Amino acid sequence: MNLTTRLPGLMLKNPVMPASGCFGFGKEYSQFYDLSELGAIIVKAATGEARFGNPTPRVAETSSGMLNAIGLQNPGVEKIIEEELPFLRSYDTPVIANVAGSTVEEYVKVTKALNHSKDIAALELNISCPNVKEGGVQFGTDPSLAKEVTYQVKEASDYPVYVKLSPNVSNIVEMAKEVADAGADGLSMINTLTGMQINLKQRKPIIANQTGGLSGPAIKPIAIRMIYEVRQALDIPIIGMGGIITAEDVLEFLLAGANAVAVGTANFQNPLACPEIINDLPSMLKQYGFYSVEDAIGKGHV
Amino acid sequence: MITKQLLKINSHMQIAEDTFEVVVQSPLAKELKPGQFVHIALPNHMLRRPVSIAGVDTQAETFTIIFKIFGEGTRELSKYQAGDTLDVILPCGTYYPIDQLEIDQALIVGGGIGVPPLYYLAKTLKENGVKVTSVLGFQSKDQIFYEEKFQVLGDTYIATNDGSYGTKGFVTDIIDEINPTFDYFFSCGPTPMLKAVSHQLEGYNGYISLEERMGCGVGTCYACVVPLKQDPKQSKKICKDGPVFSANEVILS
Repeated sequence: MNLTTRLPGLMLKNPVMPASGCFGFGKEYSQFYDLSELGAIIVKAATGEARFGNPTPRVAETSSGMLNAIGLQNPGVEKIIEEELPFLRSYDTPVIANVAGSTVEEYVKVTKALNHSKDIAALELNISCPNVKEGGVQFGTDPSLAKEVTYQVKEASDYPVYVKLSPNVSNIVEMAKEVADAGADGLSMINTLTGMQINLKQRKPIIANQTGGLSGPAIKPIAIRMIYEVRQALDIPIIGMGGIITAEDVLEFLLAGANAVAVGTANFQNPLACPEIINDLPSMLKQYGFYSVEDAIGKGHV
Repeated sequence: MITKQLLKINSHMQIAEDTFEVVVQSPLAKELKPGQFVHIALPNHMLRRPVSIAGVDTQAETFTIIFKIFGEGTRELSKYQAGDTLDVILPCGTYYPIDQLEIDQALIVGGGIGVPPLYYLAKTLKENGVKVTSVLGFQSKDQIFYEEKFQVLGDTYIATNDGSYGTKGFVTDIIDEINPTFDYFFSCGPTPMLKAVSHQLEGYNGYISLEERMGCGVGTCYACVVPLKQDPKQSKKICKDGPVFSANEVILS
């Protein structure tokens, strides 16, 4: 079974990668398995300076999912380049850096800094974090801002740029078209949906930030629908994500039109989620009549 | 080495109101140290539940956990029975660094579901020749567990919030009353109790163990962080850098 899939700047041995924010910078999960098994790794978001994140509690469990409001805590792009990314060199798997910021200038600064790293293969442009006060999802919900930041980052970057879209919009195709027009090499979709959960005894939201991003199987049908819609309208490569737990979920994303997939919340439930999915892929694809991953991409369209 | 294992439950019993003791078979049991926790997956729940280790039997290769029903996850866990299998990540987190400490006398201060890891600690200290004094707080008489087990290890004092058993009030009231001598104190319990104890015992050497809602439990997701006293903008991860911290290291809120 041929599991390879090709995207701009990424020749992947299989289509499965951990999603940004759900895998740190790889060290912890390298204790559980050989990271070379992964198709790629999307590391945690980098901002221009260190960010300390939101107050705790930062997570809450929901039906078939979870809310999180970490708030882009990270040591800043320079420290990530110097202290985190080199660890991943020893693995035979491409690394995608996640670029975040409050302003276009910060996004460009992070992008330019990452040009100096030889440890990455592509950028994921995070314009969809719902948990920070400034920037983040603003860029991902306003089409003109999304276009502007994509254009500037694309101009500044030596690496292919995948723009991570927010589902918190009424027209996902419009957003996809705007960032594609601005030169995005690919899309990454979807980020989390803004949600809230209230503790009955305390009579207040469980998460200190009040709102958090909903992830996990609860959002999978939304991700599938959005990828399907974008695939109907555009040929742009898509890394699909949103609630993937099993190899069957991966096939559903491929059928919707994703060229590769990212696994997020499932890593928390099962640290071995990614390698187990990869292991299950060949027989599952065969069972559904496919001879390769690329064979299945977009085949769910009627 | 941290790993994920499917482990058999040897025994599962209720030991106090809403409080359960579970003994689990694992070849890794002997590697679990006082203060560490295991991260347990439950069917139909996205997130695992961190539960501290209340004891280890190296001969039998078992470890004991004690938990209280707080929500749906722990309610699910309470329904397990001997012979069932648990999906566990272990060992998780740091431990009380007692091997590096010169201790003759230790003060143990535990509250509610913070008591279990302190039992494993107190037992280990006692085995190392340390004199142990334990001050334990519970909401009410129905919730008390392990009193006799602590008594075997040394002087043990109980406080209940409602006065239904022992001293009416808090662990801090007992500490005021008995004025114990000790080299180090070790505390685990609800954050308000930890704050009160840390404040009361300011100037003494001690270690505390923290609880927080966790995501991954292994240090990747940054869900369970705690700010540092020396620079409140900096934080440590409770699941990986903790749950055990030096008493004056972190800001409790």
